[in-house]
Amino acid sequence: MKGPVLILGAASDIARATARAFAAQGCAIQLAARDPDRLADDKADLETRFGVAVTLHRVDALDVESHEAFVDSLPDLPMVAVCAVGLMGDQAQTAADVTRATLILRSNFEGPASLLGVLANKMEARGSGTLVGISSVAGERGRASNYVYGSAKAGFTAYLSGLRNRLAKKGVHVVTVLPGFVDTKMTAGMGLKGPLLAQPEEVGRAIVAAVEKTRDVIHVRRVWWLVMAIIKAIPEGSFKKTSI
Amino acid sequence: MTRLSGWGRFRPVEARVARARDASDVVAALAQGPLIARGNGRAYGDSAVSPGLTLDMRGMDRMLSFDKVRGVLVAEAGVLLAEVIAAFLPRGWFPAVTPGTKFVTLGGAIAADVHGKNHHLDGSFGAFVDWVEVMDAKGCVRRAEAGSEAFGWTVGGMGLTGVILRAQIRLRPVETGWIVQDMRATQTLEATIDMMDATLSAPYSVAWLDCVTTGVMMGRGLVMLGRHATLDDLPRADRRKPLVTPRKPTLRLPFDLPAAALNGITRRAFNALYYWNGRRKPGPRLVDWDSYFYPLDAILDWNRGYGRAGFLQFQCALPQEAAKPGMSALLGAIARSGEASVLSVLKRFGAQSGPFSFPMAGYTLALDFPANDRSLRLMERLDAITLDHGGRFYLAKDARMPRAVLEAADTRVAAFRAMRAATGAAGRFVSVQSERLGL
Repeated sequence: MKGPVLILGAASDIARATARAFAAQGCAIQLAARDPDRLADDKADLETRFGVAVTLHRVDALDVESHEAFVDSLPDLPMVAVCAVGLMGDQAQTAADVTRATLILRSNFEGPASLLGVLANKMEARGSGTLVGISSVAGERGRASNYVYGSAKAGFTAYLSGLRNRLAKKGVHVVTVLPGFVDTKMTAGMGLKGPLLAQPEEVGRAIVAAVEKTRDVIHVRRVWWLVMAIIKAIPEGSFKKTSI
Repeated sequence: MTRLSGWGRFRPVEARVARARDASDVVAALAQGPLIARGNGRAYGDSAVSPGLTLDMRGMDRMLSFDKVRGVLVAEAGVLLAEVIAAFLPRGWFPAVTPGTKFVTLGGAIAADVHGKNHHLDGSFGAFVDWVEVMDAKGCVRRAEAGSEAFGWTVGGMGLTGVILRAQIRLRPVETGWIVQDMRATQTLEATIDMMDATLSAPYSVAWLDCVTTGVMMGRGLVMLGRHATLDDLPRADRRKPLVTPRKPTLRLPFDLPAAALNGITRRAFNALYYWNGRRKPGPRLVDWDSYFYPLDAILDWNRGYGRAGFLQFQCALPQEAAKPGMSALLGAIARSGEASVLSVLKRFGAQSGPFSFPMAGYTLALDFPANDRSLRLMERLDAITLDHGGRFYLAKDARMPRAVLEAADTRVAAFRAMRAATGAAGRFVSVQSERLGL
């Protein structure tokens, strides 16, 4: 596989694992995050393990005005861009505080959509590239327990779908990743385990495979496809009384 | 809260667990109260489970630099030995000391000062560590260089001196990923020990003992010698890619076997089969590194084979002069009890290296038993025999030893406790094991 591969939101557990999975294929890596100084050890890790070139970049997903300049500042327009930007937050807090809710909506939809939108235009002009958006099964149906986060992810999923449609004949491919539960800092303390819980390394490998095979939408663990099919099939009249 | 235990799955406890991704997470965890760092959970007993907070260090798993001329690696404590091999064997480097599983973290390997089949020549894991960075009870990070007092207590200190954050280790250059193994069958315990004493120049040496057969044949076994193969040892076809060995399939035990699966009869049958199978193919042959060092790693979650109750390990070291009578008494007690260990491993040790590290010049015997009352009673007898012969116990295996036994076996405990009190580590770095043993 050819690089470089840009990882947006590179400080997360899934991002770290995804960067490693691409570096293991010999790809150069561009790590971008709000505070790139904190990524020095991650850069050293990728260079030490895999002997690939790694560069660090500052990006603020919420500062959409800066995104064009950010992409222009990259040493090379990447062949693959993975957006791992996101913020789950606490639903009770989000429901009570409109500022908080807006931050969740912007972090999971507006920011990621803007970043991938800028990259899409440049990849379209070049005529090649792959965009990977890490969305969520939470966007498949709004639930009381996390509908603010879920609705932002629903918007992002729809955006990725539209982007894929638009770019299908332009040599640019778009992958939508719906990871399900992943054992990360974000989900720590939720008491998750069992067959629904994937490790970040699995997500990383699944993303590399999806890019290689130009898959459109992937669940990391297939069982999630079934779980979501069932959740989506419940009639609204019944669904509104459940607490899933 | 999570149900947590060691690899033996004996007496799990409800534990609070947090994951560290960088040093600031460790500082935050320290603010919450007493804790113990946990690597990949391969210590058999309760070394890495805390009555306070258990700090999962697997999130700190970055390799920071590698000197490709000298083979020196700086890495965070949560890096697995398996990852070190994956990254550096293709470049001609291998861990200088490795335990029987590659699924241990560097931090865990240092904390337990693990040993391998080359202890008689090379010493333990700590002998190849240049320095460790440890966070103390106040959240200060100190680099302890090899040879310093702080370094000595940390290597083999079971995580009780502080949280190991990163270390610099030296790897060993290898020409190939293959081992030349030389297997020799012996007829008696005395012959087994004599053969190991006579082959001290072999880089790797370990013996499997048949601990079922009684009488004069008691302690018969298979002595397995090994050395890293050079290019000239390989068949011509393999010399072009000498560091590449065939990928082995891994199996997984997806559920607990019933406790009866590894019962007296199957354990006896296994011992007999293993011996006769080994006897059939004596002499030198080429074995890939994974099969040679890590045969059990081929079955992920093999610890489920003992059923829900889990299993217990027993490992002691006896001084050289007491090796023959001591090992004979240990095997005799096992035979009389009617129990049989599936894997009984005898290993020659070189000199002791640290002020609290387990190995001592002599022999070490490792055994495993299903967790039940009979095994626990047997292990009390094994404790007494070990004490009678001036031996000591391996804390990375222990899940049940009484405090008095440790104190009788190891006069170094008092100094270790004094160090813990003086450095402020006592009461702050606490495992279920350290509470049980009063460390």
